[in-house]
Amino acid sequence: MVEKVKVRIDGEVIAATAGQTILEVARANSKYIPALCHMEGLSATGACRLCVVEVSGVAKLVPACTTPVAEGQSVVTSTPQIESYRKIALELLFAERNHVCAVCVSSGHCELQALAQEHGVTHVRYPYSCPRLPVDTTHPRYVLDHNRCILCGRCVRTCAEIEGAHVWEVAGRGIGSRLVSELQRPWGEATTCTSCGKCVQACPTGAMAEKGWAVEEMTKHKTVVSRLTSMREGS
Amino acid sequence: MTTKTTPKATADAPAGRTLHIHPVSRIEGHAKITIRLDEQGQVADTQFHVTQVRGFEKFVEGRPYYEMPSITARICGICPVSHLLASSKACDSIMAVRIPPAAAKARELLHMAQFVQSHALSFFHLSAPDLLLGMDYDPAKRNVAGLLEEHPDALRDGIALRKFGQTLIERLGKERIHPSWTVPGGVNNPIDPSVRDKTLAELPGAMAIVGRTLAMWKKAVDGYPAEIESFSNFPTMYCGNVGPDGSLRLYDGNLRFVGPDGAIVADQVAAADYATYIAEATLPNSYLKAPYFRPVGFPGGIYRVGPLARLNVADRTGTPLADAELAEYRQRYGRIVQSGFHYHYARLIEALHGLERIGELLDDPEILGTKVRAHAGVNNNEGIGVIEAPRGTLIHHYKVDDNGAMTWANLIVATGHNNLAIGRGVEQVAKRFVNGSKIEEGALNRVSALVRAYDPCLSCSTHVLGQAAVVLQLEGPDGEILDEVGTV
Repeated sequence: MVEKVKVRIDGEVIAATAGQTILEVARANSKYIPALCHMEGLSATGACRLCVVEVSGVAKLVPACTTPVAEGQSVVTSTPQIESYRKIALELLFAERNHVCAVCVSSGHCELQALAQEHGVTHVRYPYSCPRLPVDTTHPRYVLDHNRCILCGRCVRTCAEIEGAHVWEVAGRGIGSRLVSELQRPWGEATTCTSCGKCVQACPTGAMAEKGWAVEEMTKHKTVVSRLTSMREGS
Repeated sequence: MTTKTTPKATADAPAGRTLHIHPVSRIEGHAKITIRLDEQGQVADTQFHVTQVRGFEKFVEGRPYYEMPSITARICGICPVSHLLASSKACDSIMAVRIPPAAAKARELLHMAQFVQSHALSFFHLSAPDLLLGMDYDPAKRNVAGLLEEHPDALRDGIALRKFGQTLIERLGKERIHPSWTVPGGVNNPIDPSVRDKTLAELPGAMAIVGRTLAMWKKAVDGYPAEIESFSNFPTMYCGNVGPDGSLRLYDGNLRFVGPDGAIVADQVAAADYATYIAEATLPNSYLKAPYFRPVGFPGGIYRVGPLARLNVADRTGTPLADAELAEYRQRYGRIVQSGFHYHYARLIEALHGLERIGELLDDPEILGTKVRAHAGVNNNEGIGVIEAPRGTLIHHYKVDDNGAMTWANLIVATGHNNLAIGRGVEQVAKRFVNGSKIEEGALNRVSALVRAYDPCLSCSTHVLGQAAVVLQLEGPDGEILDEVGTV
């Protein structure tokens, strides 16, 4: 028997199923919470912190994507403090690597860019770290540009959970963390890669792209991953 | 304008000084001119310095080659289309594709729109204050604001002509400044018939502006005998792209070099062979390299590019109205026109040619063709793209690894080719107008106007970032800076 719980989101009482996350319940009821590392059809990791919300009785902001709903819980999805934290999280993403929208294949179709515009990020208040990062062009069909990677892990989870190939992993710690393919082999030499390209479609920025597209041309099929999951669950 | 005088200059060194013009104004980028005077107060020698570096050739290493058009377009906001096209052509060569005919025509159309807007900017916005108000006009009003008072119709024409070109660029590429429409392999969308129809409707107005301006300039030009005589009026070689029949080619074609007397020195040089004829020297005191004609060597192999050079190099323009104007131009000044002052005249003839080509291209049914892009991977590890940018020959030369990552880039831009000629031109005009113990504003402006005649794009040429400007410095025989005048 599925346990039902009642929660309050932005004042509205909503019936949910125990085990659902706040983000799932909110989105199912047309309540908008921004998210970047979350992707429908993949497990949640709470990496980007854009989905932080206020929960009654909890002193700190919690990520909606990994926090399960509970009976009697009251959630607030937007306050000046929450918006300020989301903006800080976005600015830190821009400051961490070299995001140059003007010459990016994903400009105009980029989730990071869209969220920055939505949150009024007109400039970045933190010093850019301008790291010197490589571009892995070794794969015949795809390219990985670490300059544009935000370490959301969507590619890692897509490859592990949907394709089952486990090509991608995050190596290193903190600011030195890097996406790596197959124990740091160049992508084009990764023997486990099936070249299915689902990681590319899952990537929210221009970090992963199909080769040969010029600036602004890389549009992604965002529903591929969630559609595959729902079809498998349905079978 | 700022004036800075070192007290010692007036106290101890009435003669034997150096003038520095810094910053040179109404040009793209940042430059400094040094004029050294001898003990008698006469010009001993001059130097033209470009003072900043941007490093595009270095920081593109490692990037996928197909990003190069959009990256190099950021070198300049005035003629990004030139870099887009030269870069796209270099990428076509790496992919080893011949782009569909509709795409080639579409690119040429974009290029002609760029020519019209850029030439309008150079003539009206940047140089008309000198040409219409006068070299000695009050410097506080010698700008577009002064033009608005004295020659509002000419200013309106200039703005309208530039708008015509910019609007066409926007209609084709969706953006005026850095359109992303031109891509390796062609363009990313066919041309909509409405673009053709709207542009054809506006074309007669633009043609009328250029016609009026040419008529006006043909009357006015003879009022500048001293400038004609002294603005880079010396023999050099000339370089530009021509078609198989020797006619002017701006988007495609092969390089032709002619000597000072008009004799063809090298002809139908394919893009891939440019390095056989062009080498680059590095100059002290400038970040701008100095290309020269390799068979002659440095610095004897000085040549010029741009409107003046192209009209010297080409047998004809290939469009009727521009050819008629070219015939009159040659009747006035001879088959080879040597004075740098006539860059302005040549620029207007080219603007007319650009408009005529726009009409011809839009009348061609193939311009609306829907097959506009070739797709391919890396089929050559090296690619060279050459076009005629508004300011002259533009060369993009790339090397990539088998995965398509850039390993090396060399960009030779119009102002680079003209570097040696601008330097010598500065010396000539300084000797004519700068005399001795103090810097006359009119002399300062003529030195700057010589530089402006070349319409140099210093941001492009050093791939430089900075405020637009030139500074003139006065230097003693021992190198001490005695006086400095700058225009902002």
